[in-house]
Amino acid sequence: MGIISRAFSGRPREPDAKLPPGQYLVHDFPVLSAGPTPRVPLDRWEFSIDTAEGQVHRWSWEEFQALPQETPTVDLHCVTKWSKFGTGWKGVSLDVLMEDVESAAEYALAYSYGGYTTNLPLEDLLDGKAWIVHEYDGEELAPAHGGPARLLVPHLYLWKSAKWIKGLRLLDEDWPGFWETAGYHNYGDPWREQRYQGD
Amino acid sequence: MDYQDGNALAGPLSEIFTLDVTVAQGTCAGCGLRGPLAGLHVYGAAPGLVARCPGCEEVVLTLVRGPKDVWLDMRGAVSLRIPVTE
Repeated sequence: MGIISRAFSGRPREPDAKLPPGQYLVHDFPVLSAGPTPRVPLDRWEFSIDTAEGQVHRWSWEEFQALPQETPTVDLHCVTKWSKFGTGWKGVSLDVLMEDVESAAEYALAYSYGGYTTNLPLEDLLDGKAWIVHEYDGEELAPAHGGPARLLVPHLYLWKSAKWIKGLRLLDEDWPGFWETAGYHNYGDPWREQRYQGD
Repeated sequence: MDYQDGNALAGPLSEIFTLDVTVAQGTCAGCGLRGPLAGLHVYGAAPGLVARCPGCEEVVLTLVRGPKDVWLDMRGAVSLRIPVTE
């Protein structure tokens, strides 16, 4: 038995079960960008899915808006260590966008207006896990947060949720994106604290 | 303005170079513009910084600082001319 009774050691503070390791909670919405904010007029906006087999599926802004919309409320986790709980979005599930896409690809490279890219296994975009969103907190998505539309993949670090999304390229082989070629982890699971290559 | 100037690279780069590399003359692989690294436009917050050419906004270098490693990616720099003493 130890010298100090358990009664004096106090009860350890319960870690917040919603907060991944190494993260802290914020209530504002920090803006982090790897470059200038692109301004994309809606009449020139389009979203494409290119398959590894050479097919292209393309939506104009009007066609995209006409698709079934969902309103996910999700927690966000940024590799810079902030997390934000209960963010409300409106957009189209990738399950809807992939409905008529036939491909045997296992990977996707998301690419954005402005040149940003990020890679994900295709299965991480399906089964209700990812959306292309165009509203945040009941308002149209501001350019600083990725508007007109951004990818939202909340179960991975936020750099995977590409702002100013322009399209997805479906690939047979994994093709690391902007940060993934520069030292960030290839997958980026916040619950396994996969921040850097080798984590 | 959503970027800092290239002097923001001075601290992180001093960890890996003994010289002050921000005074080095870089040549952009995108447009050929030459200038000191201190003149680059630096975006982002730790752990990842992105330095872009002030002429064409292409990425000249990225710097990622992890707890055990620093990744310096000079994807957009043709060369660095670094002044040295005789």
